Amino acid sequence: MKAMLAVVWKDLKAEMRSREVISAMLIFALLVVLIFNFALELEAGTRASITSGVLWATFTFAGTLGLNRSMAQENDRGCMDGLLMAPVDRSAIYMGKVIGNLVFMVAVEIVVIPVFSLLYNVNLINAGLILVVLLGSIGYIAVGTLLASMAVQTRTRDMLLPILLFPVVIPLIVAAVKASSGFIQALPMAEIQPWLNLLIVYDVVFLTVAWMVFDFVVEE
Amino acid sequence: MDQKVDKLKALDVITILLMAAAVGMVFFYAPMERIMGYVQKVFYFHVSSAWVGMLSFVVAAAAGGVFLRTGNKKWDIVSFAAVEIGIVFAILAIITGSIWARPIWNTWWTWDPRLTTTAIMTLVYIAYLMLRKGIDDPAKRARFGAVYVIIGALSVPLTFLSIRIFRTIHPVVIAAPGATSAAFDMSAKMLQTFLFSLFVFSVLYIDLLWHRVKLGRLQDDVEQLKIASEG
Repeated sequence: MKAMLAVVWKDLKAEMRSREVISAMLIFALLVVLIFNFALELEAGTRASITSGVLWATFTFAGTLGLNRSMAQENDRGCMDGLLMAPVDRSAIYMGKVIGNLVFMVAVEIVVIPVFSLLYNVNLINAGLILVVLLGSIGYIAVGTLLASMAVQTRTRDMLLPILLFPVVIPLIVAAVKASSGFIQALPMAEIQPWLNLLIVYDVVFLTVAWMVFDFVVEE
Repeated sequence: MDQKVDKLKALDVITILLMAAAVGMVFFYAPMERIMGYVQKVFYFHVSSAWVGMLSFVVAAAAGGVFLRTGNKKWDIVSFAAVEIGIVFAILAIITGSIWARPIWNTWWTWDPRLTTTAIMTLVYIAYLMLRKGIDDPAKRARFGAVYVIIGALSVPLTFLSIRIFRTIHPVVIAAPGATSAAFDMSAKMLQTFLFSLFVFSVLYIDLLWHRVKLGRLQDDVEQLKIASEG
């Protein structure tokens, strides 16, 4: 537990000094929103279903960026070796990285969601949507951290993470988009519930499995 | 070792004979379907291919799990072989499915749960190959492969479920009759042909897997020799 918090603290502290990861993710996310604006010819009265799709596409791509940078730093600076030499449970390192990456992703989301609301005149600040964004981010980062740890150790590095991650994260994206648009359109809870359940199942399954196999990904 | 080679050769012959029998049954024994005509006959090998594709994924994931548990290289070879063969059959299933779909549904593709999930499963397989390609160290390659195939295998049922719910709440707009299943009644002869095809493809799968595992062992030996000579 202490080791996990130590890893989180290390990541946050390092990020506070350089702010590399968050600023890159943030600018990228806003640029993606911009591109979608022209690609889909979005306008102020944009339909709720498109809104949630664009939102999650943005998070997916920006998230990849953050994951790549975050894990690459570990590799490049030899941090991972240092962590592994310490007498801590590998799973604590995993959870620490997950929480750190999650903080970065949520920080970006906290900015993107209000900006999006303003640009498209749609109120995205509601409790249900926030819940979906959180649940979705947790699942995404859980799998993403594991796969990013593998990807940065290969020859193709950055390029490989989306290839590994996107097929596996599809159920999460489907559920997140449907649940988000459900909350935006204020659909009855009964219609949104299956998606929330799927999100929770996904999060639990993959957090558990990734936590169990992380050892194999970082051992020497 | 010689015994095994003989057994494999025998299996090769049996497989060829069974395939010939299956093809014969499909064209001469199974009756013509009234509405769809000849194209319906694609169905026998199409479903069998899909079955092998999915079976292979399960085999790959299980072998990966055993490899992580035991560290015995042979399970990694089996896992890799299963993924390669699975890709081939999954793609065959998609192609034969499209061939059937075009005259019947008037489209090459629909986003229904089974098709979409098969396509995503194929993408996971391909990602697996790319992951392995990018790692030089054999031990690391085996470990990472096993981890990814397990993650991939877990995600596929969830993908199917998510798209199933998607389709239930938002029904397919292009509502072709019996759009999401080969909805026709099978006569007894058709059923026999179908079950026989499934059986034959399973035998074919075992035969191919065995050959591929042998090849994998040879590849592994060559790699070990290369490493030894360099080191």
